[in-house]
Amino acid sequence: MKKKSIIPGFGLSMGITIAMLSLIILIPLASVLAYSFRLSWGEFIDLITRPNVVQAFATSIGCALAAAVLNCIFGVILAWVLVRYDFPGKRLMDGMIELPFALPTAVAGITLTKMYSDGGVLGRLLESVGIKAAYSKTGIVIAMIFIGIPFVVRAIQPVLEKLPDTYEEAAAMLGASRFTTFWKVIFPEIRPALLTGFGLALARGIGEYGSVIYISGNSEKNGTQVVSYIIMQKLNSGNVDYEGAAAIALVLLIISFLMLFFINIIQHIASRRTNA
Amino acid sequence: MKEHSQKIVKGVLIGISVIFFVLMLVLPLLEVIYRALKDGLESYQRALTASNTLSALKVTLIATLLAVTVNTIFGLIASWLVTKFDFRGKNVLSTLIDIPFSISPVIAGLAYIMTFGRSGWAKPVIDWINDLLGTDIALVFSVPAVVLATIFVTFPFISREIIPVLYAQGRDEEEAAAMMGASWFTIFCKITFPHIRWGLLYGIILCAARAFGEFGAVYAVSKARGKTFTLPLEIDALYMAGSADSITQAFAVSSLLVGMALIMLILKNIVEYRGKRADR
Repeated sequence: MKKKSIIPGFGLSMGITIAMLSLIILIPLASVLAYSFRLSWGEFIDLITRPNVVQAFATSIGCALAAAVLNCIFGVILAWVLVRYDFPGKRLMDGMIELPFALPTAVAGITLTKMYSDGGVLGRLLESVGIKAAYSKTGIVIAMIFIGIPFVVRAIQPVLEKLPDTYEEAAAMLGASRFTTFWKVIFPEIRPALLTGFGLALARGIGEYGSVIYISGNSEKNGTQVVSYIIMQKLNSGNVDYEGAAAIALVLLIISFLMLFFINIIQHIASRRTNA
Repeated sequence: MKEHSQKIVKGVLIGISVIFFVLMLVLPLLEVIYRALKDGLESYQRALTASNTLSALKVTLIATLLAVTVNTIFGLIASWLVTKFDFRGKNVLSTLIDIPFSISPVIAGLAYIMTFGRSGWAKPVIDWINDLLGTDIALVFSVPAVVLATIFVTFPFISREIIPVLYAQGRDEEEAAAMMGASWFTIFCKITFPHIRWGLLYGIILCAARAFGEFGAVYAVSKARGKTFTLPLEIDALYMAGSADSITQAFAVSSLLVGMALIMLILKNIVEYRGKRADR
């Protein structure tokens, strides 16, 4: 145990931090737990294994995974281009990468829906090659790509900036092909950051609501209901079902906590590697 | 030969990036503007000055302002705690603070309903306080509920920007000042604050941008259009009404939020640039 810090204010800052954290985050979340514990184990299992709930989990996790993988590919390319190359409009591109963080999700949702539905610019284009984008899982993935891309780009960019191009030069001089150089020299360096970005984009995608619910169409038949939509449906007047909402939310919370845990482990390993 | 293939790779990669950038980021902005102005300036103006829109704008600004204030206070105190002291459970505490980043905003709304709602366990406490003070505060389906839900989803935004800066700065300066008998307030104002100025400003911008755009969490605890609706909820209501007219109005209101988002992005870039220069 280290000796006590001589900087003053420990007790006060600890007290305020714990109090605010408890009041705003922990106590409300504990209520969800308490609510779902009112259910018996059998009821809980029954609620979360209903076909529409299982289907919603499959849709949310499946689409979020697909979007996160695609975002890793585009994210690496975008980060690489922004760090290594110079071209007109680069600063604008760099500055606008975080637009999905700043643009309200409801605005993104209705805009993407109109763009990709059969009356929209891109919808008509995709329709002509036989792809139905809006009101399908494709649409959900598109929305999740939109909200997830900044996580990946911003995770990789600083790592690439620190990586000197002498690495690649050395590899090239030793006769490695461009592909080998990327795969064996650059990729291992950006892997921890890429995993972090992947995890953040995935977590955001699984819980996403605003940007997804318009373009998805929320049809049980087509399997385009996401988990957040199911929870929200159970909160709406008419067919309020708090128990069901709490049970599904609990499963979603457990998934989120596991992901948070893994992201922290990755970051921990990465910081040990760079500090070693 | 080698140089030639390098140029091709560069061209292809830039090409992919530009196409992605235009399709995913630029086109949606143009789409909003186009659809907002489709029926002419007059109807655009009418949509923006409708009483529901103005009320929603007011609630949005209140929620954003309060969320930024509360989270700034929390962010400063929590990051001071985490970076200047050693204590057991520090990693757990940092993880708990980051919870809102990785959980669905819908769960935030649900959590408040289950705490303060009709069948929530804290409802009697609120009733008791209301009886005592003769007030009529409701923490669900009300403006305070919207504010609370907004604070929840933006909770870690500011602390997360300050903590890395303070870690990098270390503790030597504060320790020296403390040794010479400075109070925590003096230490904070004279030593710590100048280091985190840009990080704090950056966090505030991100927090504000998320706060005025929050949808899922707020949607769960706000049901009264024209009273407790925020701009994103008003957009949802207009869009869901389904007529061509109301959809155009939804995009008109959206253009307001697009403007706010772009302002936030520009501010963010300025702060980033200035912050980098100040570091040198």
